[in-house]
Amino acid sequence: MAHSAVGGLGIRTESRGALAYVFIVAFARPQGQVMDDLHETKRAPLFYRQSAWTRVTHWIWAVTLFFMVTSGLQIFNAHPILYFGRQSGFGDKQYLGPQAGYGNKQFNNTVLDIHPERRGDAIVGVTSILGHDFDTSGFLGRSGSKEQPNYRAFPGLVTIPSYYDLATGRVIHFFFAWILVATWCVWLFASLINGHLWHDIVPKPRDLRRLPHDIANHLRLKFLHGRSYNVLQKLSYAAILIVAIPGVIFTGLTMSPGVDSAWPWLLDVFGGRQTARLLHFCGMLVIVVFFVVHILMVIAAGPINEMRSMITGWYRGDPEAVGGEA
Amino acid sequence: MRKVIFNRRRFLRQLGAGASLLTLGGCDIFDGLLGIGDPVPDFLRKANVLTREAQRAIQGPARMAREYPESAIREDQRPNGSTDPQTDDYLAVKQNDFAGYRLQVTGLVDKPLSLSLDELRTMPSRTQITRHDCVEGWSCIAKWTGVQLSQVLDRAATKPAARYVVFRCYDPMQDSPFGPADLYYESIDLISARHPQTILAYGLNGQTLPIANGAPLRVRIEQQLGYKMAKYIRAIEIVDSFAKIAGGNGGYWEDRGYDWYAGS
Repeated sequence: MAHSAVGGLGIRTESRGALAYVFIVAFARPQGQVMDDLHETKRAPLFYRQSAWTRVTHWIWAVTLFFMVTSGLQIFNAHPILYFGRQSGFGDKQYLGPQAGYGNKQFNNTVLDIHPERRGDAIVGVTSILGHDFDTSGFLGRSGSKEQPNYRAFPGLVTIPSYYDLATGRVIHFFFAWILVATWCVWLFASLINGHLWHDIVPKPRDLRRLPHDIANHLRLKFLHGRSYNVLQKLSYAAILIVAIPGVIFTGLTMSPGVDSAWPWLLDVFGGRQTARLLHFCGMLVIVVFFVVHILMVIAAGPINEMRSMITGWYRGDPEAVGGEA
Repeated sequence: MRKVIFNRRRFLRQLGAGASLLTLGGCDIFDGLLGIGDPVPDFLRKANVLTREAQRAIQGPARMAREYPESAIREDQRPNGSTDPQTDDYLAVKQNDFAGYRLQVTGLVDKPLSLSLDELRTMPSRTQITRHDCVEGWSCIAKWTGVQLSQVLDRAATKPAARYVVFRCYDPMQDSPFGPADLYYESIDLISARHPQTILAYGLNGQTLPIANGAPLRVRIEQQLGYKMAKYIRAIEIVDSFAKIAGGNGGYWEDRGYDWYAGS
């Protein structure tokens, strides 16, 4: 079987070629040895874990969130300052030009501000959070090489297009925003009908009692491959699918003057357009952190098995975990 | 315990390799597809029609943008784009507090108009404290006074074929990154034009509209973003299509890739 061949490669250390190493690192199962020792006798059968609805929406989201985040950072770069409230208090931000804040330099409701700043002979990238400045040269506020410095908030590495183009960033963002909204509606509807939401996502009291045990398992990088998600999975999937994604959708809508005129209650729910913009940014951060942890967990828990279950639906559990929970 | 250590070491190794793979990919691989006029952004831009129709559907006929109390005015309205046009035409009309200014209303109308500032000020006025949302992301609340555009359109008696209102401006964009600067222009459809909060503003925060904010006359379109709200308006042209005007996309920024409907 293809899977056990890969697992075997990972254990036999005589194949040390660089390519083989990358291949092993990318695809081998961390517990390959254990499974290989056991698989003749105790290997659990594959079982159907992910419905087509879950799998299709998962991959649409994977593509959509990539373009949403990168085009969103492009848009953010047009005015890389976040405020608290309904409008922007420009204070005495001279780098916004002579017109910024004229008439009331005291009005400053800035929460986050990324900008280049001259310090002596050098221009450094400064990230200011609630008035506390951090030198983030190299990534935020100033990036690129010494010869070709780039004074944008987020570097071209993480924006689409890589150069400054607010117009195209917006066009990409709003196209994928429609796909995100449609996918979320489809996912919610399907998950309500087929029970995925209630059975697999919403944490129950029984799950929460297992929380300390589950945290301990994760800290030891010990993953049980059971039929259902463990409680940390349930909590994080619920946080993303039921809170963060609708959260970025509705805070995004609140930034639209057209939607605000139709649904002015959005402004009250989120505390004003600029607070909505701040929350939209925070929602993006939550989703990006989730993505990074999600990828690490997939790698740690067995990328082949995890990928197979999210592509074909079929998942191989641990004999003890499946036996114990079935 | 041995199993745990094995897992952790393996995990850290995979993590390092994964991180180095990530740094290889950058978003510049899409750059070649995304230039102005390329088919990909032109296709993606079709979503703007969906956005417009969806917003119009939830707005209904006369949903008003939120109006704020006086206490919400915290700073002077931040000017953006052109702030002090230097063309001969503008410098000439600017003399004596725009005494010689005439707003031309032409195109698909039965009665073309040429209105002085005094004539505009004697028409019924509307004052509204609203939030200006810039496409860049910032917002600023200010009090605007002017005449409803619908009043001007009624006075000019638009013909049945009329579909769009085009604002022709005095200002070339300063520091234009696109070479020789074109004169600013914008367009809106009659739904936006006849909205009760769409006004030709000559007053800001209780004063005469300052030059930096578009004197003598600029438009307020409270359901859309700042770039729609043309400043330094010289003439209003009623048309059935903007395809033959400048770049054909209905506005200075639209010709540079921005969406025509700017409700989001």
